[in-house]
Amino acid sequence: MSDLLSVRNLKAGFLAGGRVLTAVDGVSFAVAPGETFALLGESGCGKSATALALLRLLPNAGRIQGGEVWLEGEEILALPEAAMRDRRGSAAAMIFQEPATSLNPVLTIGRQIGESLERHRGMKGEAARREALALLTAVGIADPERRLEEYPFQLSGGMKQRAMIAIALAGEPRLLIADEPTTALDVTIQAQILDLLARLQAERAMGMLLITHDLGVVARSAHRVGVMYAGEIVETAPRQEFFTSPRHPYTQKLFAALPDLGQRGAQLATIPGQVPGLAAMPAGCRFAPRCPVAMDRCRLESPGWTELEAGHQVRCHWVAQQLPGGEQRLPDLPAAPPTAAAAADAARENLLAVGELKVHFPIRKGLFKRTVGHVKAVDGVSLELQRGRTLALVGESGCGKTTAGKAVLRLLPASGSVRLDGRELLALPERELKPLRRRMQMVFQDPFASLNPRLTVGEIIEEGMTALRVAASRDERRAALAALLESVGLPAEALGRYPHEFSGGQRQRIAIARALAVQPELLVCDEPTSALDVSVQAQILNLLRRLQEELGLAYLFITHNFAVVEYLAHDVAVMYLGRIVEQGPVQQVLAAPCHPYTRALLSAVPEPRLAGQREMVRLPGETPSPARPPQGCHFHPRCAQASERCRQEYPAPSTQAGGVVVRCHLYPAD
Amino acid sequence: MLAYLLRRLLYAIPILIGVNLLTFALFFVVNTPDDMARMQLGVKRVTPEAIAKWKAERGYDAPLFWNGEAAGLEKATRTIFFTKSARLFVGDFGAAEDGRDIATEIRTRMGPSLAIAIPTFILGLLVTVSLALLLAFFRATALDFWGVVACVAMMSISGLFYIIGGQWLISKVWRLVPISGYVEGLDAWKFLLLPVAIGVVAGIGSSARWYRTIFLEEMGKDYVRTARAKGLSESVVMFRHVLRNAMIPILTGVVVVIPLLFMGSLLTESFFGIPGLGSYTIDAINAQDFAVVRSMVFIGSVLYIAGLILTDISYTLVDPRIRFD
Amino acid sequence: MAFLPVFLWSDLVIWLLVAALGLLAWGVARTPPLGAAWGRVLHSRTGMASLAVLALFVAVGLLDSAHYRPRLADAPQNGQGSGAGAAPAYGVEVLSLLDALLTPLRTQVEKTYSAPLATRAYAKEMQEVRQPDGSLVQQRDFPRLKFGGAHLGSEESAWAGDVARRLLQGYGLAILLWAALAIFLAGRLARRRQCSFRQSWRELWRRPPTSTAPAWDALLLTLAGLFLLLTPLLALAPEYHVLGTDKVGQDVLYQILKSIRTALVIGLVTTLVTLPVGVLLGIAAGYFRGWVDDLIQYLYTTLSSIPGVLLIAAAVLMMQVVIDTHPEWFATAAERADLRLLALCFILGMTSWTGLARLLRGETLKLSQLEYIQAAQAFGVSSWRILLRHILPNVMHIVLIALVMDFSGLVLAEAVLSYVGIGVDPTMISFGTMINNARMELAREPMVWWSLAAAFVFMFILVLAANLFADVVRDAFDPRAA
Repeated sequence: MSDLLSVRNLKAGFLAGGRVLTAVDGVSFAVAPGETFALLGESGCGKSATALALLRLLPNAGRIQGGEVWLEGEEILALPEAAMRDRRGSAAAMIFQEPATSLNPVLTIGRQIGESLERHRGMKGEAARREALALLTAVGIADPERRLEEYPFQLSGGMKQRAMIAIALAGEPRLLIADEPTTALDVTIQAQILDLLARLQAERAMGMLLITHDLGVVARSAHRVGVMYAGEIVETAPRQEFFTSPRHPYTQKLFAALPDLGQRGAQLATIPGQVPGLAAMPAGCRFAPRCPVAMDRCRLESPGWTELEAGHQVRCHWVAQQLPGGEQRLPDLPAAPPTAAAAADAARENLLAVGELKVHFPIRKGLFKRTVGHVKAVDGVSLELQRGRTLALVGESGCGKTTAGKAVLRLLPASGSVRLDGRELLALPERELKPLRRRMQMVFQDPFASLNPRLTVGEIIEEGMTALRVAASRDERRAALAALLESVGLPAEALGRYPHEFSGGQRQRIAIARALAVQPELLVCDEPTSALDVSVQAQILNLLRRLQEELGLAYLFITHNFAVVEYLAHDVAVMYLGRIVEQGPVQQVLAAPCHPYTRALLSAVPEPRLAGQREMVRLPGETPSPARPPQGCHFHPRCAQASERCRQEYPAPSTQAGGVVVRCHLYPAD
Repeated sequence: MLAYLLRRLLYAIPILIGVNLLTFALFFVVNTPDDMARMQLGVKRVTPEAIAKWKAERGYDAPLFWNGEAAGLEKATRTIFFTKSARLFVGDFGAAEDGRDIATEIRTRMGPSLAIAIPTFILGLLVTVSLALLLAFFRATALDFWGVVACVAMMSISGLFYIIGGQWLISKVWRLVPISGYVEGLDAWKFLLLPVAIGVVAGIGSSARWYRTIFLEEMGKDYVRTARAKGLSESVVMFRHVLRNAMIPILTGVVVVIPLLFMGSLLTESFFGIPGLGSYTIDAINAQDFAVVRSMVFIGSVLYIAGLILTDISYTLVDPRIRFD
Repeated sequence: MAFLPVFLWSDLVIWLLVAALGLLAWGVARTPPLGAAWGRVLHSRTGMASLAVLALFVAVGLLDSAHYRPRLADAPQNGQGSGAGAAPAYGVEVLSLLDALLTPLRTQVEKTYSAPLATRAYAKEMQEVRQPDGSLVQQRDFPRLKFGGAHLGSEESAWAGDVARRLLQGYGLAILLWAALAIFLAGRLARRRQCSFRQSWRELWRRPPTSTAPAWDALLLTLAGLFLLLTPLLALAPEYHVLGTDKVGQDVLYQILKSIRTALVIGLVTTLVTLPVGVLLGIAAGYFRGWVDDLIQYLYTTLSSIPGVLLIAAAVLMMQVVIDTHPEWFATAAERADLRLLALCFILGMTSWTGLARLLRGETLKLSQLEYIQAAQAFGVSSWRILLRHILPNVMHIVLIALVMDFSGLVLAEAVLSYVGIGVDPTMISFGTMINNARMELAREPMVWWSLAAAFVFMFILVLAANLFADVVRDAFDPRAA
């Protein structure tokens, strides 16, 4: 038994309504010392449940229904609870997705590390303190002496996750289970944490089970990959094999659904339908209802493992049938002709012109809550957007991009200038603004919070039409509603149903239909796909692209996802701490970024492929608070090329070749 | 943090003024002093002279807000509002119907009230928190289920029955302690035993169930899973992690009543014949002694606001997020 | 007409409430998410059982809320008999339908205490007994009751047999009624599900684990319990004082049944007074923020800083002064007691809306950050329309939960307040006045226990059912639980 961890036929589920719904159904895999095994899957596929079941940490309703888990040569599912507790944290430790809630808010960091040291290594007092200090240093926390005495709320998100890792390391675990360790973090922080994990693993020869939904994270960190779908592992492969020749139709579809520059203007591959619910698992292969190459056999009989090459296995009747040597690639999609229309004409009139937009929130402090300062969420942003084009506003969380989007629609008080088709919006009284609201609408980030659960889909879509008096008569409205639903790809009977009956992707379609109902010219899209799985994201992106072609819509597309920017946007503006640091046509900016921040940001994005990983530009530290932005160039404390001048004055715009405007002292001002 | 507490203190001032105005409106505007005189003297045979005499004896013969006949400052001070309401702020409560000074009465009656209220409060908190911890520890077992059923049953029984039943069973049938009464000094314990025990038992149902809910809510949080993943035992998780966090919502409900303990309990004191502030209030209500009721309303509000400020202070002790902000 | 209908203010409020609930039920049936939540309530065994018990209490309360004044037997007028032109005279006593149903209980008043089912009084009394020789001898004995067991005449030895026979009759009736109901229910379900009677009968008792059907088994079991409890009462009540009589000889069972309406009025009408104020101020504070929020927060902090009992005491005392100094406002004693009851509800409501308002303010603060509110703002929808269409329906579950959770607390509070002397009118029968009148009876020798015991048991059942129901409703409507 050379494996550190060996899982055989693990079955686990959740108690609901008097019976156990199986969420993890016969999962088997192994992790060797020093190896990273990534468990990849979309939301609800059972990957987190697998991780929790391994340590027997499932919530109250969770049940382990069968299988074996061998950890360091011991079957731990059979251990008594007290013995299991000895293994937790020492043989295998775990870190979680949400560092903000996973630390106890009322205990100091030092105490929380000390608990583990005392429990597994019998360390107390000064010895424990020294060891905790060493651990904090090892996970790269600056000023560890001070941090030891601090509480979680005093740490930034990235630091909390580092502290979590320190806690996990305290018991000197041989296996580290990381459940989506970077999903809640920004890309630059994600890169730091992934590097840290890789370094620690190498130093300590730990085995690592990495749970993730992100192909990019897999490409950067994993040695071997297991793909989960609906509670089962459908394909396992070494990283190389996985990225060069994915075999299972689901895996191939996942890759095809990823947007990037290469697919600009083309239709993204999508997976029809949705992941089956736990209560209604199809017999046979679970992917069969959504599979383009499904055969009769797939619907009747669950496929067994097919060994392709050393370590590359797949559960698929179709792949097995093609062996040996047959074509194992899915037939290509009928490629949609790239639309020439959008890219061709550059000199269009501006639909939206934003000048020096500022949104400042007062900070009130002291005895009488006087205003002592301002959070400068948006601090002098200027943008231009033409009809039928897409401008992407990119940045990390807290940079003010969403605030800017809402201020454009006057959902927040702002100063500066916002002109829609030449008319200044910010000075208009609400009454005169109302007719203009027809021309600009918004699609929100969270499809579960953006639809009122008490209204029917029909009522939701109709709201704007009534408020802005779009369609005069009932019949007109009825007809308009039916047409809208059809154009976003929903059945007509959806009108009478309620939002909770729809999946995330369908809800986002409803939200788009609601915005389109008043026939706007400008659509502000606030991260419309960030809450969705990759395959569903592709559907929404396809829809947005088609609507732009058909209706000539202009999109102000707010996102942190560069892949989406590459696929959809014409122009891009990169925001940092309330200001735009670089903007220009998307090809130029992404291919040859000028600003050091843009370069770092781009290089931090993990690419879901082996070749073509960008050269890493490490970005130290984290984004400062917009309440107290640094003097001079906001970016200088994190910039490797910062000079004395950067510390003194904010750089003026500098126009580069190809129409890129950058604000950095490395480039001469205009 | 100091600014935060200071602001809370300052905020108490407009609230107290509001309470004062409200009680004034309730006692002097809804019914005129003439109405009260008529009511106190008996509606039937009442002469204008008798009413005037009644009002003069109690100082109700001045105008409500503005005395045009008086001179200088007295235009504002020789009014019912100033003498009866504004002076409450300086602790001048005036005299009761029987002529005794209310402030003195309150001072002497505070002792017995506290002698019951404090042990009931502390014991009750200990018992209910331990019970709730026990139920939460054995969550989703038969013990938990029947414990919750017992809690719901206990909170469905009126407080009156706890007292009546307790007195009957313990004092009358078992003859363990006297049924009611009170003496000063250390001998008071045998009179206090029963009311304290009944007070504790009567509070178990609702409090234990509520605390259990708080504990369970905390136990569902992510940091508890982290603590378990460290290999900590269930009792360490419970006491070091869950209890400490659960104290925050529990304190909200508990600390605020501490100052109000001075007021004693209306029911317990009247049933057990304990000469505290609770029975004082009840007697005043039954005798329709408006001056006493008015004073108690004001004192009660002052104590409640003191409780709110105490709550804020206790937050800063248990919650580092507030302490360091 | 044989009677003159009388509409007391509280009657109007109650029937208004019934109408509103009816409308609400209709609305719920049309909104699937709410319908599903009620489905979960009925699906729960506890929910169904407590609902059945509460429904029984409510039925008694409603019967007691239809008042009238009976027409007096026509007095001979001018020797003309009942002339067509003579205005009919009506009694001054206001009765309810329940009073009419309980006529023997209401009118058969003994002299003083008598134990449950007794035929003789509880205390000895000097009485004259005619000896066999015809002389009258003074003797201390337990006197026969005027009504309790009067039908037995002199054969008091037949008491045990008579009681047993009536009990058996009651049980027989209970079994028959119950069986009929169960068979009817199973039949209906069989027809609706289009399955055999056998199968529907089996599923009635053993629901498949995935079923979302209402818990009919719990309903039938509860009804079985209620029938077994109530039918013997029905069989015995006409001839005996089943729960004894109190100090002034009034039947305790009658008082208990009359108390139910008082408890329901206090428990329901109070919250109804609270609701509009609490809901409006709460969501307005949470949505508009700024000075509106400051003002409303100041208002409710001020009100809630006065300890509840004291504020209620002060307000009730003042109300009493108003009532006492204006005797001319009330035509009958019932009207006065009724108005006092409503005023009490109003006072209780005014002191308790603050909690609901605070809760709703917090929830509205959270809701107004949600994206569907911003979507509506992006359409320029007016603030009031957003409050009405987006906020209100999404906080309704909190309002409903507050309504059912407050009910039991208010019923308990009524008893305490009436005991303290700031509750309902002393002439109005309620659990509180019953306990207050009987509080010294356990200390008596010999002890009189039945008034207190009866009040305890009935109040306990009512409050327990309400508490259990509130729990189920909270679980079913709280989105966090789902």
